[in-house]
Amino acid sequence: MSHPDRPGRGHAGTLTEPPAPGAKAGGSLAAFALARGLTQSAARPTFPQYIRDVWQRRHFIWAFASSKSISMYTSSKLGQLWQVLTPLLNAGVYYLVFGVLLNNSKGIQPYVPWLVAGVFLFSFTQRSITAGAKSVGSNLSLIRALHFPRATLPLAFTVVELQQLLVALAVLVAILLGFGVPITIHWLLVIPLILLQMMFNVGLSMMVARIGAFTRDITQLIPFILRTWFYFSGIIYSVGKLDDSAHIKDHPWIKDILEANPGYTYVELIRQNLIREYAHSPASSYENAGLLWCYAVMWAVLFLVVGFWWFYRAEERYGRG
Amino acid sequence: MADLKEKAPPVDSPQVVIDPTREPIVVVDDLHIIYKVYGAGGAGSSGATALMRVLKRQNRPQTTEVHAIKGVSFIAYKGDAIGVIGTNGSGKSTLLKAIAGLLPPAQGGVYTDGQPSLLGVGAALMKDLTGERNIILGCLAMGLTPEETKAKYAEIVKFAGLKEGFIQYPMNTYSSGMGARLRFAIAAARTHDVLLIDEALATGDAKFKRRSKAKIEELRRDAGAVFLVAHQLDVVEETCNRVIWLDDGKVLMDGDPAEVIAAYTEAIGK
Repeated sequence: MSHPDRPGRGHAGTLTEPPAPGAKAGGSLAAFALARGLTQSAARPTFPQYIRDVWQRRHFIWAFASSKSISMYTSSKLGQLWQVLTPLLNAGVYYLVFGVLLNNSKGIQPYVPWLVAGVFLFSFTQRSITAGAKSVGSNLSLIRALHFPRATLPLAFTVVELQQLLVALAVLVAILLGFGVPITIHWLLVIPLILLQMMFNVGLSMMVARIGAFTRDITQLIPFILRTWFYFSGIIYSVGKLDDSAHIKDHPWIKDILEANPGYTYVELIRQNLIREYAHSPASSYENAGLLWCYAVMWAVLFLVVGFWWFYRAEERYGRG
Repeated sequence: MADLKEKAPPVDSPQVVIDPTREPIVVVDDLHIIYKVYGAGGAGSSGATALMRVLKRQNRPQTTEVHAIKGVSFIAYKGDAIGVIGTNGSGKSTLLKAIAGLLPPAQGGVYTDGQPSLLGVGAALMKDLTGERNIILGCLAMGLTPEETKAKYAEIVKFAGLKEGFIQYPMNTYSSGMGARLRFAIAAARTHDVLLIDEALATGDAKFKRRSKAKIEELRRDAGAVFLVAHQLDVVEETCNRVIWLDDGKVLMDGDPAEVIAAYTEAIGK
């Protein structure tokens, strides 16, 4: 970049200061900036540093999630009660259609707690993804004003859903006890399972958060994908019972795929541990529990690592107009 | 894109001279910013034509490119408070967004020491939450610990000067002035290397202007730099030690506030 010779432009403040010997504008400005230790604006930190930054914001994640949980229902009369009512009403509809009308409940005992557990747990994943897809786009004013690792946003929205799940679980326990399901030592296994499901949800919602940040269209598509996933995940019917169907007898690999599906793995394992009567019935995939545990750990670790890394790769581009 | 190739800047762009005695904090080197603007639809943009476009792998037809910044270069040093003035559409806000790293440069680059923070005109950080929650979350997001947040809280409320009780209301009940004040107060609670203020002080009253001026001085003393976009020239002249006059995406003048503002007033008075 060449500059025309313009002596006597005294008003340019920098001209009144002694020019550095040999200093030119243009290309050498970048060299000068780099020599003085300046970096390209909005550069990405290293990955370990990024993880440390996210960890340092853990209070923000928790406080953000709690605030969002509270504010979510402030405009409705029943308020927080909707946290429980929505999944219950959903479960009620599925019970009427699939349990009563289509008589799906055959062989699954007790059907109501089994169904409610499935709906509650699957909606944990479902809602995390829906919220994750919007997490960057709906917080642009926060992103543009303050500098913080953006991964905290999809993380915080997953924590919101975890908090909602904990409320729903309290309702679930009441239903389980109401239907005479005994409390067993196996209930303790639900805790690591929910943690694994949480890891999976975080990873997946980071992925959709990145997609959603640059392609808003995804928010139109997600409800459809999630509904399809829901019907393939054996929430309202038992995958274990599919052995009876002629299709599966001809193509046993279909069942193998359905069992590897992360949407099924976590829900099925938690159901087996909550309802032992179901676990020991032919309707469950209890004989495959070991394999399901492998899937559960594998999906959680894989999605968390890949999702986090992939989200991080676009860190400097979130919030750009 | 054609004018990108014209490397020679217009005759009246002041030359950038490096001052080796001072610490640079922001270096803008021959920066070009080109926006893609999507047309608002209009004739022939039905769902069917949109589908044909996708099938033919065409870009959206109404896309126009706006060359908002056309080769801006300057160096900001530690302790600088730089006012950016110019008529509407001269590229002031775009320049600030580019320094904050929110717009990718089409050519050239922005180099900074530390992360710049941009305070724009949008009123609320999180509209559906109360002012109180916004303060806490804002501080935590900036990386303050819960203890530091607690310590800063009273100071932020006092600085924002909100009316009694408003801190308990959701921010979407705030007037734009109140929102902007609270937002500035939150951002100023932490020392920033580079603070970019885009009209954020315009909505404040006289008392708030005085307070924010003191805050900017304080940020400058902490060896940062402050950029201020404002249409009120008196605010710029009082607060800044240097003024950049942008016109049509180029630097027209860069220097002493009184001189630049005098020349600017004369030019727009015509």
